[in-house]
Amino acid sequence: MPIRCEIVSQDKPIYEGDADIVVIPGTSGIMGVLPNHAPVLTTLNFGVVQVRKDGEERNFTVAGGVAEIQPDIVTILADRAENVEKIDIARAEAAQARAKEYMEKGPPPDSDRYLAMSAALRRSNLRLDAVRRYRKSKQHSSRSTEE
Amino acid sequence: MASARDMRLRIRSVKNIAQVTRALEAVSASKVRKAVDQVEATRPYASKAWQVLQHVAGQPGRSTLHPLLTERSEVKKTLVILLSSDRGLAGAYNTNVIRFNMQQFDNYKNPTQYITVGRKGRDLLMRRGGNVMAEFSDLPAAPSFGDVSAIGHLAVGEFLKGNVDEVYLVYTDFIKMGRQEPVMKKLLPLEVDDSDDLVQEYGQQKTAAAAYIYEPDAEEILNEIIPSFTALQVYQAVLESLASEHAARMVAMRNATDNAHELVGALQLDYNKVRQQAITGDILDIAGGAEALAQSQK
Repeated sequence: MPIRCEIVSQDKPIYEGDADIVVIPGTSGIMGVLPNHAPVLTTLNFGVVQVRKDGEERNFTVAGGVAEIQPDIVTILADRAENVEKIDIARAEAAQARAKEYMEKGPPPDSDRYLAMSAALRRSNLRLDAVRRYRKSKQHSSRSTEE
Repeated sequence: MASARDMRLRIRSVKNIAQVTRALEAVSASKVRKAVDQVEATRPYASKAWQVLQHVAGQPGRSTLHPLLTERSEVKKTLVILLSSDRGLAGAYNTNVIRFNMQQFDNYKNPTQYITVGRKGRDLLMRRGGNVMAEFSDLPAAPSFGDVSAIGHLAVGEFLKGNVDEVYLVYTDFIKMGRQEPVMKKLLPLEVDDSDDLVQEYGQQKTAAAAYIYEPDAEEILNEIIPSFTALQVYQAVLESLASEHAARMVAMRNATDNAHELVGALQLDYNKVRQQAITGDILDIAGGAEALAQSQK
């Protein structure tokens, strides 16, 4: 019996489908969720959600959020989420460079902008890292596998 | 019958109004599209979040789990968050949601306080002597979560401080272009509601009665998600209301334009009759005058 997996980002649904195992980056550690798992409610770290089904693996970056695990379904409510195959590398690199440049100027560390920028930096680092490690098709964007 | 000149003026003014209402219709049409896109983009997240909240609320021993889940033994004061629009000219949109609110709360067992969003609702409540605790207006055209999260957090704060014992949300649900319905949702304390559409829609899986395992721990996670998910429900309601408002305004303006065109047609017909009568009268006068002249010359 497969387990259902739903990934929803704050601005749109990202993925919905059955899986044999779902690996999620919880705050207190990475966990693999199999069907008939006990109910769990956990917050998420920055990281990669892996959904495996019949030997096929799909990867999604999540930047914080909450996951609810029921015996037959994993619901991932991410603050931001993206399919690794669909990440726009150029954009992520530009965002990373922008954030780095800003951080190097040594802004006051408690301003809203500083926090926003450091979050942006973490997100773009995460994206690029995920692409390097998990992307199957080396070409970015257009040829990405269907969701 | 009015003079031809008066009628000409009237026709012109009606035509001008038709032009204005048509422009407003076009503006609303483009706004409604954007608003609907936004609602539909965030709806899955909001309904999933609501579903998770419902599951949490359905836990055994919920009353001791978190203060926001605790049903108070004595409910003395009620807080209502009423969402209306800042501007009128939206047909029955504001009337409907406010009337619905009155039906629910006018003879309510508890004194009710209000947080209003939108000037129309505030004005009406003030006129009727309602107790408005806070009001939010002039929201941006496409509010982000950050713009409206204060509303939800205010309600959560009042509830936690014990100033109010229950919180309701009254807003207009956007069902489709031609249909918007005022609805009421109980925000706090969280209630398990099996009949809720959202839960049923995704709820084929029966909620497990077993208690959750919390990672890192129950207090931390509940403190984080319950207030923010509650604020999210308010945000979603704001977006629903906004889409409803624009849709209602678009329909109202279309009707106004149609009516104006109809009126112009009727007035034009009357005007033509008056004009023709005047011409006939003139010709008769001239003919009569010529006849009299001819007679006198004989």
